[in-house]
Amino acid sequence: MAAVPTDLLYSKTHEWVQIEGDAVRVGITDHAQDSLGDITFVELPKLGTSVKKGGDAGVIESVKAASDLFSPVTGEVVSLNDSLESAPENINSDPYGSGWLYTVKFTDKSELDSLMDYEAYEKYLETI
Amino acid sequence: MPVIFSKSVRGRTGVSLPENDVPDNVSIPENCLRTSPLDLCELSELDVVRHFTALSRKNYGVDTGFYPLGSCTMKYNPKVCEKAAGLDGFANLHPMLTALPDGVKMTQGSLAVIYELENLLCNITAMDAFTLTPMAGAHGELTGMMIIAAYHRKKGNNKTEVLIPDEAHGTNPSSAAVAGYDVKSIPTDPATGLLDIEKLKEAVNEKTAAIMMTNPNTLGLFNPQIKEIAALAHSFDAQLYYDGANLNAIMGKFRPGDGDFDVVHVNLHKTFAAPHGGGGPGSGPVGVKKHLEPFLPVSRVVKKANGEFCVCDDYPDSIGRVAPFFGNFLVNLKAYVYILMMGGEGLKKVSEQAVLSANYIMRSLKDHYDVAYLKTCMHECVLTAKRQMENGVSALDIAKALIDKGFHPPTIYFPLIVKEAMMIEPTETESKEAIDAFIEAMVEIAREAEDNPEALRNAPVSTPVGRLNETKAAKEMNVACL
Amino acid sequence: MSYIPVTPEQQREMLLKCGVSSIEELFKDIPAQLVPAEFSLPKGLSELEAVAKLEKLASQNNSKMISFLGAGFYDHFIPAAVDALISRSEFYTAYTPYQSEISQGTLQAIYEYQSHICRLTGMDISNASLYDGGTAVFEACQMAISATGRRRIIVDKGVNPIYRKMLRTHIANLNVELIEHNVFSDGSLSRIALKEIISENVAAAVLQNPNFFGIIDDHSDIVVECKKYGVIAIQAVYPIALSLLKSPAEQGFDIAIGEGQSLGIPLSFGGPYLGFIGARKELARKMPGRIAAKTEDKNGNEGFVLSLQAREQHIRREKATSNICSNEALCALRAHIYLSLMGKEGMKSAASLCHSKAMYCRRRIGSIEQVNMTDSRMFNEFIIELPINAGECAKLMLERGFIAGLPLSQYYKGEIGPNSKGENSADNLLLVTVTEKRTKQQIDDFVKNLEEVICR
Repeated sequence: MAAVPTDLLYSKTHEWVQIEGDAVRVGITDHAQDSLGDITFVELPKLGTSVKKGGDAGVIESVKAASDLFSPVTGEVVSLNDSLESAPENINSDPYGSGWLYTVKFTDKSELDSLMDYEAYEKYLETI
Repeated sequence: MPVIFSKSVRGRTGVSLPENDVPDNVSIPENCLRTSPLDLCELSELDVVRHFTALSRKNYGVDTGFYPLGSCTMKYNPKVCEKAAGLDGFANLHPMLTALPDGVKMTQGSLAVIYELENLLCNITAMDAFTLTPMAGAHGELTGMMIIAAYHRKKGNNKTEVLIPDEAHGTNPSSAAVAGYDVKSIPTDPATGLLDIEKLKEAVNEKTAAIMMTNPNTLGLFNPQIKEIAALAHSFDAQLYYDGANLNAIMGKFRPGDGDFDVVHVNLHKTFAAPHGGGGPGSGPVGVKKHLEPFLPVSRVVKKANGEFCVCDDYPDSIGRVAPFFGNFLVNLKAYVYILMMGGEGLKKVSEQAVLSANYIMRSLKDHYDVAYLKTCMHECVLTAKRQMENGVSALDIAKALIDKGFHPPTIYFPLIVKEAMMIEPTETESKEAIDAFIEAMVEIAREAEDNPEALRNAPVSTPVGRLNETKAAKEMNVACL
Repeated sequence: MSYIPVTPEQQREMLLKCGVSSIEELFKDIPAQLVPAEFSLPKGLSELEAVAKLEKLASQNNSKMISFLGAGFYDHFIPAAVDALISRSEFYTAYTPYQSEISQGTLQAIYEYQSHICRLTGMDISNASLYDGGTAVFEACQMAISATGRRRIIVDKGVNPIYRKMLRTHIANLNVELIEHNVFSDGSLSRIALKEIISENVAAAVLQNPNFFGIIDDHSDIVVECKKYGVIAIQAVYPIALSLLKSPAEQGFDIAIGEGQSLGIPLSFGGPYLGFIGARKELARKMPGRIAAKTEDKNGNEGFVLSLQAREQHIRREKATSNICSNEALCALRAHIYLSLMGKEGMKSAASLCHSKAMYCRRRIGSIEQVNMTDSRMFNEFIIELPINAGECAKLMLERGFIAGLPLSQYYKGEIGPNSKGENSADNLLLVTVTEKRTKQQIDDFVKNLEEVICR
């Protein structure tokens, strides 16, 4: 059973979101890392670029799969987890901690309303 | 085994070249000269021969044993085809000779081969014209899609999408994308294993440039509704594309052109017995119906009234050039020899036996493995390791266990829509004894999956290396010895 | 001949197992109206008959003439051991090495081939091969477009016109702007004008060395300009020349590509050939096609696998870096065996012989009064300007048993030649190639015949 922390929000494309003031921290869920397998490479959006809710925000690769990353909110990328370049396996071992991906300063807080809470995400996982 | 560079010994040579017999010497301007060391091997001919002989012994080919790699049609590659390709007149002919006035006179034999092979392929597939220039299956797909794009452009059609079933080979969506199209995936009906025609009807519209189909599909099932699908496509002026990867199932039984397909590619390195070469060269000729012929790539070979062959590039609507000259000529030549030897009746027998052998395997293994769709299959069948997974034995474990029993594994984890898929294609060139031995090995593995699953997870144990660490490979990216 | 070993008796047993009484029943899913009434192909031939037919066809080709034709595709010496080793069917009857444990032969060979390409070009990474040099140009441009997010490509007209035509064909539907940059009338690079159009809107600049006209150059200054604007610099190279000439890496290029046919692969009337590609490490994930990488098993045994597969179409489908999966692995193996045999000294002497003999040939032709020459900075090819139409000259030379070279008017009109504005300026230009296979005697005969033909 994949871990789903209670204090985060979730997207249907398996990103998690943690609100930090006017920005959000983004990563992929335990379920997502588990289905990808050993992650070997992450391509993050460039610092300072603007991302759109539901738009492309990089790629994540494992040995046998590759998956696009989608931004859960619209805004500007304000920080990146540089450590993933040399240690992408952190996403496997600690998806909600040292395996975080990037932070986005959002432009429209109401976009967060469309994300799922942990209960809704757990239910969603049961359906797939 | 150490890489070849580590065997180098300073001062050793492997070839003898003639001495310089002209008075001139090297005179290259200083700024153009190489200054970095040329770090190549220093080996004797025997050193090199032993190295590659040793490497060859770590390989498994059709000549080694049964190779039921689904979707790849690993049939026997007749030696006579290799012999023909080695004839000096074919092997040592410069393609640009045809660019010289009267040069075509020096290449009539090769041009005849091209012309005649195109005609034979037209007959086999019921298409109106063929090009032999695409150099692989995926290259054929791309060429076909570029032809379709040129057709729509010429007609002023504003088409942006290509529809592709979700069971299709990955090259289909990829080739459509390189031809500039957005790709929409159409689901397979889980009840029948065939394209969900209702979903197709919902998806097809004015924007649809083409529908790409593999028939029989990658589940090894023939879609009898093909005329209906073609009519649907044509009602929007969308073109119907036939991926010929599975042509070995239907020669003499179904011709894509009769099913109203507009474009087809065939894989000469599958159905027509040209060897795969460890990954290539292949050849992916493309056939089209009359309305698409003006868009075929150049160069084209034309037969003049006097029987002489010539090369023509003057086709204003042509998509241009997908290969430097005539495609992979020597591969095409091998397929030509093969078709000549088989003849029409022979090719029909090929498909009959290929289909019989696949059904025989499916029926023999259905009590030991789950079958994705338990109904008459064509030239390949798809089993799953669903039952074995209950004991923690995956399709990958079964594949590796087969290696220890002396067989090449089937294709695994494809098609993507079948969990733990094992796609088995025996081809017509395998004897019943070879097939029975394979079936016996599969039955044994099914038993071991229940009795001793741990042993299967450690397979193979008989090979020079065990299962290799792919994560390490992807992370470290050591792709060259420098 | 059928190559089907199953006997009628065995077929009956197999049908029984399938629960059907005839083979036709297995094809029942094909609607009856779609089954062709007849399958109008000729009757099959025996092996003896097939060989006789093919030998006759082969004899209708003339592969015995003395050739001075190159233009990107060369008649080089191939050691006998290349053919002997490539004939081992463990190599040629194998598929793409998906099952690494029983494919270490192919995988290690690919890894070593990649190493060879990197050592020749000076690049960090390579792949298992592409279809041909022209495809390599297109794929390199795709890499640059993906890496820069820009959609303008500059290609110098000194790049092989066949590559350029293939590039035009392949980008036709991709919303890419292609600028083909004019050369000077003598065929040399118009470098100042080129530098002026390199900008922050350009994805890639593609050059060739030696260029199509055989002219050698040092492109370092162009690459510096590319770096200034983040443009990916791509060089097409002639691998035989690389043992003498400054490598793409020495000039700073990001990607090196080329046609590998000259590395032990016969001319074969156009294929199969070999597209090779080398690149800087940073571009690894933009690389098309298969890549072999070194790793180990759990017991620490070294081995090789196909790696970085997440780029490829069986995983990424429409988002793959390229649609290429089948490549020219067997041709890559040929090139690898050839390079192993030739080695450091062999490659240097082959290049030196090509160059020296071409210098001699050029000097001899230059002594014919009616012939004009231009740029002398060449490797083994050069343009000559004849007093007569080059095609006509080539035709007359064919009658005398020589393939004299390539008449350039087929590919260039008004861009090169003495009156480079005129529509027919290239009509009298012939591109002549000399490889190590030509002897002094053959060159002397060639020049003598050429003189007779043009002075008639």
